[in-house]
Amino acid sequence: MTDVIDRRENPRHKSAVNAQRFLKRYRAQVREAVARAISGRKIAEADRDASVSIPARDLNEPVFQHGTGGRREVILPGNTEYVTGDEIQRPPAGGRGQGSGASDDGEGEDEFRFRLSREEFLDFFFEDMALPDLIKTQLAAIPHLKRVRAGYRTDGTPTNLAVVRTMRESLARRIAFGGPHTARLREIEEELTALGLKAPGLETPGLETPGLETPGLETLGLDTSGGENADPEDPRVAALLAEQAELRGRVAKIPFIDTFDLRFRNRVTQPMPIAQAVMFCIMDVSGSMDESRKDLAKRFFILLHLFLKRHYERIEIVFIRHHTTAKVVDEEEFFHSTETGGTVVSSALALAIDEIKERFPLDQWNIYVAQASDGDNWEGDSPRCLDLLVNALLPMVQYFTYVEITTGEPQNLWVHYEQARAAKPNMALGRIRERTDIYPVLRELFAKKEKQAA
Amino acid sequence: MKNPDRAPGKKSQMPLPLPEFLKNRGGEGRGPESLPPHDPSRRRSAELLSTGSEWSFDLIARYDREIARVAGRYGLDTYPNQVEIISAEQMMDAYASNGMPIGYYHWSFGKRFLATQQVYKRGAMGLAYEIVINSNPCIAYLLEENTMPMQALVIAHASYGHNSFFKGNYLFRTWTQSDAIVDYLLFSKQYIIECEQRYGEEEVERTLDACHALATFGVDRYKRPPNRTLAQERLRLKEREEHLQTQVNDLWRTLPHAADDEPEKAEVRFPSEPQENLLYFLEKHAPLLDPWQREMARIVRKLAQYFYPQRQTQVMNEGWATFWHYTIMQTLYDEGLLADSVLLEVLHSHTNVLTQPGFDSEYYGGINPYALGFAMYRDLRRICEHPTDEDRRWFPDIAGSDWLKTLDFAMRNFKDESFIQQYLSPQVIRDFHLFCLIDDEDLPNLRIGAIHDDAGYRQVRETLARQYSLAEREPNIQIVNVDVSGDRSMTLRHFRQDRRPLAPMYKDVLRHLAYLWGFTVRLETANEDGTIEPTHECKVDKRRRADPTLAAALRALS
Repeated sequence: MTDVIDRRENPRHKSAVNAQRFLKRYRAQVREAVARAISGRKIAEADRDASVSIPARDLNEPVFQHGTGGRREVILPGNTEYVTGDEIQRPPAGGRGQGSGASDDGEGEDEFRFRLSREEFLDFFFEDMALPDLIKTQLAAIPHLKRVRAGYRTDGTPTNLAVVRTMRESLARRIAFGGPHTARLREIEEELTALGLKAPGLETPGLETPGLETPGLETLGLDTSGGENADPEDPRVAALLAEQAELRGRVAKIPFIDTFDLRFRNRVTQPMPIAQAVMFCIMDVSGSMDESRKDLAKRFFILLHLFLKRHYERIEIVFIRHHTTAKVVDEEEFFHSTETGGTVVSSALALAIDEIKERFPLDQWNIYVAQASDGDNWEGDSPRCLDLLVNALLPMVQYFTYVEITTGEPQNLWVHYEQARAAKPNMALGRIRERTDIYPVLRELFAKKEKQAA
Repeated sequence: MKNPDRAPGKKSQMPLPLPEFLKNRGGEGRGPESLPPHDPSRRRSAELLSTGSEWSFDLIARYDREIARVAGRYGLDTYPNQVEIISAEQMMDAYASNGMPIGYYHWSFGKRFLATQQVYKRGAMGLAYEIVINSNPCIAYLLEENTMPMQALVIAHASYGHNSFFKGNYLFRTWTQSDAIVDYLLFSKQYIIECEQRYGEEEVERTLDACHALATFGVDRYKRPPNRTLAQERLRLKEREEHLQTQVNDLWRTLPHAADDEPEKAEVRFPSEPQENLLYFLEKHAPLLDPWQREMARIVRKLAQYFYPQRQTQVMNEGWATFWHYTIMQTLYDEGLLADSVLLEVLHSHTNVLTQPGFDSEYYGGINPYALGFAMYRDLRRICEHPTDEDRRWFPDIAGSDWLKTLDFAMRNFKDESFIQQYLSPQVIRDFHLFCLIDDEDLPNLRIGAIHDDAGYRQVRETLARQYSLAEREPNIQIVNVDVSGDRSMTLRHFRQDRRPLAPMYKDVLRHLAYLWGFTVRLETANEDGTIEPTHECKVDKRRRADPTLAAALRALS
């Protein structure tokens, strides 16, 4: 007898552990492949799943096998033209080889391709990077307790009374207690009608739905019951009327609200980590920032954003562009509109400080600032930048990153920023020239804590 | 489950007239009671089993009943069946673990899984319709996406075709314990997880890697393993660990004062006979392995042994299952139980499976075992039922005999190599246009050795049979010496056949081997003219073992 079993609900991904082992074993190669994939695709699409490939020879599982050479005889199907003794030119080297070329596990000759999920892909991309002090603010401290709704309870303060819930309980109770009496009342009424009393509809208002109508009101109608047509002498009628009065009394005594009905909203406190961050993108848009430099800056911002996205539920981005004056703009304008003029970096820093003070209270936001510039600054402004950074901005932010997109010698801004870094550890600088520099710089910016401490 | 290209081999080529001792076995008393008519025009009318393409558990049960009835009538003897419906992801999981329901963790399975996932998601490959496991009860996994006709086909193919092959074929009967395999898998998984916890994932992985590299050389070809249950297995585990360790120590004990105690030392040759089961030898004699590492070698060896019959019966097994799904479905149709549409869909998949592109086609990927096996069984039946003069000349014993008995006998008593040697008929050679190509390094051109003509049939048949022999497919490597009294180095010898060298990755395998052995490993090559030349040497850092106290002590000394 055959057993047919439905296993579709069984756990899937039995191979997940094995796949993880594979990724772990070939970490270095996979990481390289991921870096290659990143540089090859649009950065805006960076956080997608990806098919990556690593050299197959690295992950061979070696076994003793015959190599090529010597003498082999093989049987092949599909002969259409040959007869015994025919000689055929040897196909160029690397032709069919061992005959085991068509391996069933998807290996090509040189490359082993496989798919990484978005998560795995980014994991590799961000490996070794850790947000500075992230643990401090996000994990170690659980600064916020939030009160959240958690159902209902039977006692509490009057302010928390849940009226609708309470009424529902009350209604249910009244239906439950009044039900038998109501049924009996209906019978009595039918009988009285049969005996020639008034139509019941007028007499017993609310009996149809004793719970909804307020039974207490019915006591008013008590005396009017019994009709003129009835014969009060009839002992049967008298008995019925008496019982009716008795039952109505009972129904009326069912309290409208009992303490038993009361329901209060329940609230519990839950720790709530700060799961939001704001990222300030500051960019110099003076004439010296050409399109290619802006492009590099953009990539830098996007990478940083991706990285934050992994650690925070919610991220706000504030774009600040500046030449001699600074302005908060939207993303479109930030990257695309062009302006000319000199450069006063401190204007942007001051604006960022104002924005933070106005909109992003420090106990609710993790603040990151990323600045990109070509390094030009008005000579007299750089000391002011240093002052703003060290005394105002850096104490407020989680991290401040600065990239200088330049091929030239470091200029005065860089020198002053270096001084700022010497004063405060939560700051990092990098100089980049081309796209491929971005990733190393980012890694440096977010290098592990040990490195920073040094 | 399918691992065609790696298999051990050493047994020399045997010309295969039927071995005498096999002659009277198999097929006894399983004659048909009444065979269904095979002329389609005589199709009976009956109530159709189903018409639509949707399957349901009810329908599967109904089909299974009918298929079982027909299979029984044809005398297929099977283990009880267990049919499991699984989803596509689960099928990929099953793929990655060779179809086994339970497996220990290892990165190589992950690699296989990722590869499968890649090709599947790209749409380059469909998933298998089924995977079947040689176990008792015989577990067949059916893909939920199959249509009803496909499910029926697959049940006939796996649950009755493969199943009866597993139960009947002598290799499976001899080498695998279908009752115990699932238990053993469970045992091995738990054991290896335990080892990972105790000795660290890395150490375990390192050992498993090394064992895997030698898995195909971890098979007993002549000794039959005893049957043992899980309970016995557990009981023996501890015993074995202790015993093994004392054994090993015993072998090496004499070293410090060898000069006095061992007068006969000079003539000791160890091993006394060359050993072809490399993994077994390491398990028993490697001096530095921990007990758990020996157990791990044993686990890998056992699993290799379990797959050993499957590797040798690709053509026979797939051909048998294909022949029976075809025959059973055809019979059901003749009985009027299948709608035309059902049979058409079945035949459509059937022909797809049987595609055999020619050698010059871009789709050529070797000889299709389904196609060859099916053609051979079918031709056998033809030879029995409608023999020609040629058949009478080639197969005097079976021409005109009872086809059911003949096929049953063929299924039970052969492996691919001997099956082809015995039964590949000129008709099949002609149908496939088989020819023999000789590729000799020393000659400038390839040469056609034989084609499908009178002069060539035998050569084609012999060469094809050899092509399926594990002995031919895998190099012959044996342990010939261990320098017990000296540096403990091990010497392996590769017996070259037809001047064929080893594939270059042999150096990696030697590294793994040296890891397990713990001392220098040498490989030498025995040429066909009798000369022996050293090929490669793999030295081992003696302090490789992660014993911190020992390593510290050694450092202090030096």
